[in-house]
Amino acid sequence: MIRTPAIDWLTLAPSLALLAATIASLMAAVLVPERWRKNVSWFFCLAGYASAFTAAAVLFERSPHAHGVIANALFRDRYGALAAMIVSGVGLLTTLVYYGERSTVDRVGERFALLASAGGGMIFFAQSANLLTLFLGLEWLSISLYVLCAIERERPEAVEAGFKYLIVGGFSSAILVFGSAFVYGASGTLNLAQIAGKVPSGDLLLVTGLAMILVGFAFKASVAPFHAWTPDVYQGAATPVSGFMAGATKAVALVVALRVLTVSFPNQEHLWTGAAAVLAVASLLVGNLGALVQRDLKRMLAYSSISHAGFLLLAVTAASSLGTRALLYYLIPYGAASVGVFALVALHERELGEPATLDNLAGFGWRRPLNGIALWIFMLSFAGFPLTGGFVGKVYVFAAAYQAGWTWLLIVGAVATLVSLGYYLAVIRAIYMRPGPDEKAAATEEPPLLDRMLSTAVLAAVVVTVGSFFAAQPLIDLAQHAASQLPL
Amino acid sequence: MLTTALICLPLLGALSVFLLPAPGRWVGSFALFFSLAELALWISSLTRFDFGSAEIQFEQQHSWISDLGISYHVGLFGFSIWLVGLTVVVMTAAIAYGLWVGRERANAYYALMLFLTAAIVGVFTAQDLILFYVAYEAMMIPLYVLIGVWGGARRLQATFKFVAYTMAGSLLMFATIVVYGVSHGFDLATAQQSGSVWLFLGFAAAFAVKAPLFPLHGWLSDAYRESPPEVAALLSGVISKVAMFGFLRIALTQFPGPTHDLRALLLALSAVGLVYGSLLAFRAPDIRGVVAYSSLAQMSLIGLGVFAQNELSLSGSVLQMVNHGLVSAALFLLAGMIEIRTSTSTLSRLGGMSRGRPILASLIIATGVISLAVPGSNAFAGEFLILAGVFQRGWGWAIPGLVAMVLAAMYMLRLVSALLHREVGEAVPAKTPDLRLPEFCVIGALLACMLALSVWPAAISKHSFACLKQPAATTAGVSNQTKAQIGLSCVSASVHGKAK
Repeated sequence: MIRTPAIDWLTLAPSLALLAATIASLMAAVLVPERWRKNVSWFFCLAGYASAFTAAAVLFERSPHAHGVIANALFRDRYGALAAMIVSGVGLLTTLVYYGERSTVDRVGERFALLASAGGGMIFFAQSANLLTLFLGLEWLSISLYVLCAIERERPEAVEAGFKYLIVGGFSSAILVFGSAFVYGASGTLNLAQIAGKVPSGDLLLVTGLAMILVGFAFKASVAPFHAWTPDVYQGAATPVSGFMAGATKAVALVVALRVLTVSFPNQEHLWTGAAAVLAVASLLVGNLGALVQRDLKRMLAYSSISHAGFLLLAVTAASSLGTRALLYYLIPYGAASVGVFALVALHERELGEPATLDNLAGFGWRRPLNGIALWIFMLSFAGFPLTGGFVGKVYVFAAAYQAGWTWLLIVGAVATLVSLGYYLAVIRAIYMRPGPDEKAAATEEPPLLDRMLSTAVLAAVVVTVGSFFAAQPLIDLAQHAASQLPL
Repeated sequence: MLTTALICLPLLGALSVFLLPAPGRWVGSFALFFSLAELALWISSLTRFDFGSAEIQFEQQHSWISDLGISYHVGLFGFSIWLVGLTVVVMTAAIAYGLWVGRERANAYYALMLFLTAAIVGVFTAQDLILFYVAYEAMMIPLYVLIGVWGGARRLQATFKFVAYTMAGSLLMFATIVVYGVSHGFDLATAQQSGSVWLFLGFAAAFAVKAPLFPLHGWLSDAYRESPPEVAALLSGVISKVAMFGFLRIALTQFPGPTHDLRALLLALSAVGLVYGSLLAFRAPDIRGVVAYSSLAQMSLIGLGVFAQNELSLSGSVLQMVNHGLVSAALFLLAGMIEIRTSTSTLSRLGGMSRGRPILASLIIATGVISLAVPGSNAFAGEFLILAGVFQRGWGWAIPGLVAMVLAAMYMLRLVSALLHREVGEAVPAKTPDLRLPEFCVIGALLACMLALSVWPAAISKHSFACLKQPAATTAGVSNQTKAQIGLSCVSASVHGKAK
């Protein structure tokens, strides 16, 4: 008889909730009559994310001491629980936005199943405590996302996006698993917490493995120079899915990367902080300059997400508790703003029936005053302007980088922020200052499309984006509890 | 509490004005009501302010981001309460003017104006570096849209230049604030002074762009020409003062060493800007150009006073900040009133407007005469104090000031005569009306403030830095150099009142 390890159900609860939601949505796609199908599977997905969020919050509350569970396959700690909360929060809002997305009837249930499944994979990934579960989580979330990108197979761009993501993502997973093999070869253990003590810090095999694992994470987080897939995939995928990838995938990739680096490779800190600094500068450069020349809004946001990966890496270069707090805090307004802005893009696309560009956004702010303000707020948050959480995040990240001695990175970050204003303000210019399609004619036409689900999601995103500025302290306390459980 | 109320009342106003479902006039009146309420609140805080104390007053502090020691910390000093007063007065005039003109998209327009008020008051009251930066940047949000939506034909280029210049300075300051704050503390009342020239320059660059000081004034002419007149009035009247306040409150007091080392440079830039701005104003082909470049000159003059940093020049600068704020706001609003009547701002197409328009002519002449600092006016008092202080610092620095006073008379009289006298310009129809009652009230109110200050300039100059009011015996009989040192330590003391 095989001896099974003790199972800590609470640790598993968030990902199990989403797994259950996946199965329920899939079953609904088969069993529920056509006219109810969308609502039922959507509801299961929403309920899955809501219960995952609740479970993650409970897990956070009940894990004051970090430890490995289930034969050290997963960590039970606040760090992972906070990441799970961010992922399920982003997922919850995405589900709301996704409801109104146009679709063919026969695949409507699968979309929500895949969305729930991707979230479950992310949470599992964020909690993973050894290289095997890490890879398992990564593949779980990746495969769900590959299919989710390509599911509207009537649109050639969607197929292109899915295919590109599959190839590049498969490649990066391979590099990551290859790197894991090297690390295992050098240290003889898969357990993240035990790798550090096993080998001398200069071991070539281990350092090679570290580099390859870092590359694998960089692909997932769309960090330059491993970003090439991002604009095409964000552009081709369904718009709410792009928002989910920007807000959640990037978050979880960076959170796990920081965990692996600090837990398993503390002796190589001088190597990976340097590498992170180089990657950060590259991402800031590529992301900002790339975004500057885009007219298509989704491509522009894709490049902007690359530049945000750069800012987040500034926190990683600090390799300090302050840096970890900065990373975790930054992800909260960033995730909310990402979902929110892609929701507004989706709304605009549904109204127009064509991709949103800076040109066809003209007059958006006057036609839809509240949504215009929301878009304004998200742009300001991305740009790190005050009165939004993006500002506090930037203060935090810069403070962490400076405290760790990276003063020149601060200058790079400030210059990058200046450049980023070029495209963030271009959106504000487009929606308010360019003459739109004849406004008087538009006023007599039917009122603009109203999507209650989407508006709720946008409102929630605005509340988080602005609220995280005014009520920064509670979120910082969360980040502080989570960060204190990393060995820094 | 009172300081917070001064910040929150316009915010509340902005929100309610934005959501008010009513025609534009009603929305505007509602906004005007809020700005008058803000004015009343300011007056009540003025009456309760203790000018004898060097301590920070109406102080309030709440922890905000404890991790980095950042707090919501606001309060008022003697000199900041005058600048807040300038803000609310000019803002009331600007909103009244907007109401008279009848701006389109009234909800958004007045909400942004009130939001801007809150941000400016926030800058003048912030006692924490991050809070200061928050308010400083929050000003940019409404300004960008106010110029970009309601501005003139070339407004998009103007906003681009404006944003590019000011944000380059601001982001440099942001990085500087983070570095300074992490190493010295973010709270201005307790932060240690620093000797780093680089950090000083980080702050100085941002303020020099905003003021603007020569050679960072590239954005000025476009922004002042393309803004709606009332926004131009705010830009030159109030927002430029934010920069000088920044120098006074942060750059000079937290960096005494670098200020001392770089004083010659700062004074030289101000002197160049003073003469250069005056010359440009003399050559400018349009009303707005004259006022814009005269604003550059006046800000440089104030800069001379601030950087000379002794008791006379500092009190003079604060007085002159308020004077210039009132004068340039009145001039920009008058420019707007002329533009509405003639659809042009070009001087060569205007002229002869005094005949049959006595109110317009009297107000332009009165404002112009105050602006060129005729003896007896408040601007004369301010300039005299500044130049006397600068003379103490080194007589050579006072020469550009004297040159500029002559030039000021030249460009102002040129403006007045080009508008009012000579033959009737081609853009002036015979039936062009005189100022209407609401227009007269707006300019008249600003003029009344100037006249009141002409009668009693000491209201501001003697009530800005509490420690300067000590008996003359302490400063009598000591050398000029020592007096300058006293001035410096006095400002440090008055803004470090708490730490002391």
